[in-house]
Amino acid sequence: MHEEQILFLALALLFGLAAGLVGCFALMKRMLLAGDVISHLALPGLGAAFLFKVSPLVGGATTLFLGTLLVWRLQKKTGLTTDATIGVVFAAALAIGAAVTPREDLIDALFGELQRVSVLGFLLGLAATLVVALSLFLLKDGLALAIFSPDLAAATGVNVDRVNLSFLLVFSLTVLVGLRFMGTLLASALIILPAAAARQLTDKLSTFLVFSVAVSLVSVLAGFLLNTFVLKLALLGPTIVLFSAFFFALSMLARKA
Amino acid sequence: MSDPLLSVANLGIVLGDRAVIQGLSFELQAAQSLAVIGPNGAGKTVLLKALLGLIPHSGTIRWRPDARLGYVPQKVEADRQLPLRLRDLLAAKATVLKLSRASLDRASAEVGLTKDVLGTSIGHLSGGQFQKALIAFALLGEPNVILFDEPTASLDELAEERVYDMLHTLQHDRRITVILVSHDLSVVYRYADMVLCLSKGTPCMGPPREVLTPETLEALYAAPPKYYRHAEGR
Repeated sequence: MHEEQILFLALALLFGLAAGLVGCFALMKRMLLAGDVISHLALPGLGAAFLFKVSPLVGGATTLFLGTLLVWRLQKKTGLTTDATIGVVFAAALAIGAAVTPREDLIDALFGELQRVSVLGFLLGLAATLVVALSLFLLKDGLALAIFSPDLAAATGVNVDRVNLSFLLVFSLTVLVGLRFMGTLLASALIILPAAAARQLTDKLSTFLVFSVAVSLVSVLAGFLLNTFVLKLALLGPTIVLFSAFFFALSMLARKA
Repeated sequence: MSDPLLSVANLGIVLGDRAVIQGLSFELQAAQSLAVIGPNGAGKTVLLKALLGLIPHSGTIRWRPDARLGYVPQKVEADRQLPLRLRDLLAAKATVLKLSRASLDRASAEVGLTKDVLGTSIGHLSGGQFQKALIAFALLGEPNVILFDEPTASLDELAEERVYDMLHTLQHDRRITVILVSHDLSVVYRYADMVLCLSKGTPCMGPPREVLTPETLEALYAAPPKYYRHAEGR
């Protein structure tokens, strides 16, 4: 493999690690489906970046994080659930994104593309993954309490609002790591599927986290190798997602057994 | 008399456009037990949440600086399918409060939680075990005040008796101040030093024998009280 392919694989594995961890808490917060559409919030920014020939990562990150803050704010003001507010913002984001993205770049924006990864790009991905992992390590206890009972968490001294916002931002940062090669439609899939598969196999939190990360990493590696040496498709995201869907199916069988 | 553990002055709580509590004032001394009674919608749970600082209010609620609060809510709307073992949940609180592993073991032992139960997923706990778990959760951090909101609402009689015996032990052996919401007036008689009755009218407060008169109860519940003799004449 070339150095660029190794860097690309390393970045994809970093995304797999972050997605495996974040997915567990997103599943416990019952925001997996809602979280799926968070990645779509990046589409207007990606589209504008393609249009004005600036860094797609900067464009995507801008609307992703602004959209996340908007979702959080709407949820607090309206009292709607997370998935309802995300649904509102997502619909608008997808429409705007589809409208501004140049047609020739729309598929890449939606499904990702195989691309060169510079050393800087890899280091940024590494830094983002470390931020995700460290944030979840620091948040995990307050998050677990807030998920179990917001009242009991608040009575214990946990700032539930701040924990929820922090988690939303960590979720968005995870999506950003995988955005360019997974695309806005599939970036969240690797957050959902490994966690759902791992949940079939254990009800112990620490084991849940380990299994979810393992499924995520194996899906990324298997998808990358199959795509690079056998399928040679222009898109990597679908192959990775198909592997994680396969592992989910296996986990259902294992649970049944 | 020493500085009261809790002073509430002119407390007002509004939910939506309804004034649930208005102009409530009372004091509570350390190691006392206060029962809060009243009809549905009178604001009993809301009062506890305000005392814990969970909801906004007008007026003042002043806890003595050495007050450490524990809370056992009436119900927890938790997803019982969460991949959390009871030990994970208690450990999470212990970590947030920077407590040692020994404090988790102490709180668990105090309510009789075995190693097996601690290793059980919260979704697989029985009603009685879940209630014990909530009490252990409240005991973490060595509180000197515990707020119980109808702690036996979903329990059978035997489990209910065990919870109230535990309450009694906490109160008398550890001198913990208890604020208890209960619909069971026999429990109120047995365990409360003071009773606070909340209703649409003026709240009243005093020892059970003075407050729980037929006239007060009729005014409180808008219906005359009925008395039942137990089978063995208890």
